[in-house]
Amino acid sequence: MANAQDGYGGSWQLNLQTPASPLQAEIYDFHTMLLWITGVIVVFVTALLMYAVVKFRRKKGVEPANFAHNTVIEIIWTIVPIIVLIIIAIPSLKLLYLEDRIPEPELTIKTTGYQWYWGYEYMDYDGLEFMAYPIPEDEIDESKGQKRLLSTDNPVVVPVDTNIQILVAAADVLHAFALPAAGVKKDAVPGQLNETWMRIDRPGVYYGQCSEICGPGHSYMPIEVHAVSKAEFDAWTRKQGAKLKPKAIEITEDK
Amino acid sequence: MSDHKPGFFKRWFCSTNHKDIGTLYILFSIFAGIIGGAFSMYMRMELQDPGVQFMTNEDGSPNGQMWNVFITAHGLIMVFFVVMPGLIGGFGNWFVPLMIGAPDMAFPRLNNISFWLIIPAFLLLICSALVDIGAGTGWTIYPPLSAKLGHPGMSVDMAIFALHLAGASSILGAANFITTILNMRVPGMTLHKMPLFVWSMLVTSFLLVLAVPVLGGAITMLLTDRNFGTTFFNPEGGGDPILFQHLFWFFGHPEVYIMILPAFGIVSHIISTFSRKPIFGYLAMAYAMVAIGFVGFVVWAHHMYTTGISVNTLTYFTVATLIIAVPTGVKIFSWLATMWGGSIIYKTPMLWAIGFIFLFTVGGVTGVVLANAGMDVVLHDTYYVVAHFHYVLSLGAVFILFAGWYYWIGKMSGRMYPEFLGKVHFWMTFIGVNLTFFPQHFLGLAGMPRRYIDYPAPLLPEGLDWWGRTQFMLNEAWMQLSSWATGAVYESTITWGYHGWNFVSSMGAYLAGGSVILFIIIVFWTLFFGRKASDNYWNVDDKIMTLEWTISSPPPFHQFEIQPKVK
Repeated sequence: MANAQDGYGGSWQLNLQTPASPLQAEIYDFHTMLLWITGVIVVFVTALLMYAVVKFRRKKGVEPANFAHNTVIEIIWTIVPIIVLIIIAIPSLKLLYLEDRIPEPELTIKTTGYQWYWGYEYMDYDGLEFMAYPIPEDEIDESKGQKRLLSTDNPVVVPVDTNIQILVAAADVLHAFALPAAGVKKDAVPGQLNETWMRIDRPGVYYGQCSEICGPGHSYMPIEVHAVSKAEFDAWTRKQGAKLKPKAIEITEDK
Repeated sequence: MSDHKPGFFKRWFCSTNHKDIGTLYILFSIFAGIIGGAFSMYMRMELQDPGVQFMTNEDGSPNGQMWNVFITAHGLIMVFFVVMPGLIGGFGNWFVPLMIGAPDMAFPRLNNISFWLIIPAFLLLICSALVDIGAGTGWTIYPPLSAKLGHPGMSVDMAIFALHLAGASSILGAANFITTILNMRVPGMTLHKMPLFVWSMLVTSFLLVLAVPVLGGAITMLLTDRNFGTTFFNPEGGGDPILFQHLFWFFGHPEVYIMILPAFGIVSHIISTFSRKPIFGYLAMAYAMVAIGFVGFVVWAHHMYTTGISVNTLTYFTVATLIIAVPTGVKIFSWLATMWGGSIIYKTPMLWAIGFIFLFTVGGVTGVVLANAGMDVVLHDTYYVVAHFHYVLSLGAVFILFAGWYYWIGKMSGRMYPEFLGKVHFWMTFIGVNLTFFPQHFLGLAGMPRRYIDYPAPLLPEGLDWWGRTQFMLNEAWMQLSSWATGAVYESTITWGYHGWNFVSSMGAYLAGGSVILFIIIVFWTLFFGRKASDNYWNVDDKIMTLEWTISSPPPFHQFEIQPKVK
């Protein structure tokens, strides 16, 4: 299909973004199943409609039928949709719980929505937090692969094949953190800490955009994630001057 | 018997006659529809190409607030001032008393005040967009963006008052309909013999009296949060922004059924009339509407799947939402069965009704997709949602506004519409809206968020004006289409982003916009040059006839002076 892109939408793209995480792969497959079911329903109903439109058009001397009931068919068209819905509901709920149950996190990133940029805090590191502002349109350098309305001055760097817990907070109004290629979207709500997770399975640049209306700059607070190998990630954290926090924090009585 | 029509001022400004009030509602709905439609035309112009060309500040920078004001006004106008006044106030007022053989509504003066509350409500809403920075909150008016924090000026307060008045109008109207339908049916017309449009209005009215007060409460709490220091929705004082969403959608979800149920009723009559067959499964049709109304009250949180509510709650709302597909399916199949074996004639209202069945099916199945909380994660707040609710509302409810207009204009005005122009209007709209909204599914799947003034995509070569950009993209779309058709390789310059389908969507919108101009011409043509309509101008068969076809076109000022009887 035309322009199937990695990490962002393509110009004439027809389907979901290419999955970059096992979760999005599940969502993609579930959507494909739904597409078949809903496609068959639409084609079936349209075919019946077209048949009726052509076959039962008014003709001279043909009187209309007079039936208005048929218990058998009414039971069928009540039961069959119920069965179809059950077929949808089972994988749907499995997927829902898969999204909800966060595997043991190996890295935690807290992101905070501001009007109109995102702040990131790597909870496992000392001194690793920054704000990511969109790159203004006239400073976009396409030779570096930067994209207008998507690229930020401080991309979020994450390791691949790592269970990443994402905590989502908001500092002012509602925002929503989204990364379509990884199957992630969570509202940022003031006074509430939401959590979700992702596990990106191949290196690359992935983009998201704020997905809850948040004022005049709603269109201008993108999310840019660079997924790199674990070694590259460690190198990056060192370059940022970040120190890994001790795994267990001693609780000292402080009197 | 002479009509004793009052003079112009008394007749139209102090009206207590259900038909005159219905006419006022329909005129108002058309007027508001033109304004709400103009808003959407301007938005589609803006989204036709990447970059901000129209909604700019004086220095040329994007005016995101203006965009947000536009989407807010478009949504609120279309819901509260077009679809509801048109279907409920307009056709409901006109045809509920006629169909049940009543001389008028139960409370004629209440009916008058219902209409005249809509006018100041509309003025307040328009003013809210014009004063200060305008209300740029989306029609969902979620705090804290709609609180003092996001909108410190008075525009949101005005929008809240607009909703208060529109809500009061709806509640009074609904109480009037319930009383009328339950008490004023002609002898012999039991509930189970009532025309389906009257059934749909009865269910709709119950939804209104149960749902609208919740909206009233929520926006009043928002009002006191904004002005009197309460903190219902403000976490700094122990409040909760999510509470507002629960309250809003407890109203908001029934609201979408409030908009579509009257349309269901009208479709049933049109299909039956033009197929010359009784409605298939009448009782199932009536109780499917009751079921949809009931289930509509217990699915509200499917609008809030990404807010962080617990997974077990999501499970419940997913399952409950999927269940709605069952009664909806019953209705679709029953309409098909009504046509089956019929003797169908394709007058303009029937075209709109058949178009409705197709479009509602498409909008219905995307609703099934969105019902799954697990799936909604990638589609929530994207254009997929925009496509879905425009398929069921803009192409569902609005199609039936037009269908009802063509079906009943002869009865209401005494004059027939021009058949050929009516059909041209249908096909223009049908092609236009499908071109507008079908590509939005692709945009949503690819991840384009809704309520965006601008979208990621490479800018077109500089220096092109609107026509230049349009030609450029028409060529691009044509090349893309031929490369799909022939398999030829085409190296597009538009390599990434959401430009392609946004362009197609805008082109469709212009066509649909043009069809509105044609509709206005048809309205005036009908009223001034339309040929006279007979009493039963569709030749509705005796066995499926409803009472409005037994009286003259237009009906006398006071109808049914001798009470009709129903076997």
